[in-house]
Amino acid sequence: MQTVKMVVTGPFSAGKTQFIQSVSEIDVVATERKISSSSERSVKDATTVAMDFGRITVDEDLVLYLFGTPGQKRFDFMWEILSEGMLGFIVMVDSTRPETFREARSILETFRAYAPTPFVVAANKQDKSDAWELEDVRHALRLDAKTKLLPCIATNKAQVKQVLLELLYSILAEMDSSR
Amino acid sequence: MALRGNLRDFTITQLLNLINLAQKTGTLVIDGPSEQAHVSFRQGKLAYAKVGSEDNSLAAVLHKANKLNVNQYRAIAERSGQMTDKELGLLLINAGYVSQEDILLNLQGYFTDVIRRLFAWVEGFFRFENEMLPPDDRINVRLDLENLIIEGSRQLREWEELQDEIPSLDMALKFTDRPMTNLNLSIEEWRVVKYIDPKNTMKQIASAAKLTDMEIRRIVYGLIQAGLVEMVRPLSPHAAPQINPRMFPTQDREEQKTLINKLIGRIQKL
Repeated sequence: MQTVKMVVTGPFSAGKTQFIQSVSEIDVVATERKISSSSERSVKDATTVAMDFGRITVDEDLVLYLFGTPGQKRFDFMWEILSEGMLGFIVMVDSTRPETFREARSILETFRAYAPTPFVVAANKQDKSDAWELEDVRHALRLDAKTKLLPCIATNKAQVKQVLLELLYSILAEMDSSR
Repeated sequence: MALRGNLRDFTITQLLNLINLAQKTGTLVIDGPSEQAHVSFRQGKLAYAKVGSEDNSLAAVLHKANKLNVNQYRAIAERSGQMTDKELGLLLINAGYVSQEDILLNLQGYFTDVIRRLFAWVEGFFRFENEMLPPDDRINVRLDLENLIIEGSRQLREWEELQDEIPSLDMALKFTDRPMTNLNLSIEEWRVVKYIDPKNTMKQIASAAKLTDMEIRRIVYGLIQAGLVEMVRPLSPHAAPQINPRMFPTQDREEQKTLINKLIGRIQKL
């Protein structure tokens, strides 16, 4: 049995667990705990403290694992462990919460420093009226024109699939160009 | 859709950077601690600014700059409502009181000063109104934002914030396509600029320019904010390729491609 993995990262409450849940064939093995901080609890009740884990079986010989990282910085010791050997990574950002953009930039740069693997950025909650426009998100995250920034609704399976596919297309393109 | 938020999370400098890079036209409205500010832009350049109820008329700006004396200012103020700033500007130029350059330089100075005052605002809601342009009767300027952004970035002092912005000094820098003209850089900033090369990590630049981690981060942050440089992985003959063997359970290139194609096929069918 061959296994490969992708990592879904991003700030606290960006929608990482939901993203994995939308495509995983198993119930996401979530290591969520009740939030004790009152400021964080105002955003959601439980958060990922170690990792989320989803699975997509391709055939009897190949399985794709999706790992979601904990969002809060105090758990960043997990990031490097999770990024080891990944095919690529997805940075999730909540388009309605500009207060998290700086952290998203920081997470992105940290992951880029860990491993030079392909990545895409998914701008979650693009269906909300207070979502920032994609191009504004691009500038706020300092993404160059070549970086794929994709609109996303983490609860929408078709959009989540598209984000995963775009990452795989980037990996393929990178394989072709590095021959 | 909305470009709005709180200055606590998104600073004036970062907003200027975004407006500059996206070449936005419209007005940034900021509800500050005690007053409201309006700053207008055309294609990413500063056009106009007003804070609170402060008199920002041409007459007031020229009076503050000692281009008009008190009597001239009062006489003009009494006739306000009968004359727009544009008409007043023409009148003053034709009467030989000021030149067109005087007017533009003083307005630029005033608007720049408004922005500098806004740098001190760390709390307050902002929104960007695409449709809102400066009043028709006011003279607009056309001022590049890069120097203001660099100036604002120098005020970022918090170590933790800088570390968030630039988490690793093992990354390198490269120039963007933006031309570096008319930039007011400090000596330390020029010392960093001369070492910028995708082969040099920030750690190496700091060592060569004799800067501390905090100093190099602060300088690089300003250059990034102004859109002059971007972070890249360092180029070296031994640089890790984007596709590395640890990503795959097999080292055969064709098998790796087959594996990716199988993943694509499976996800398409989900």
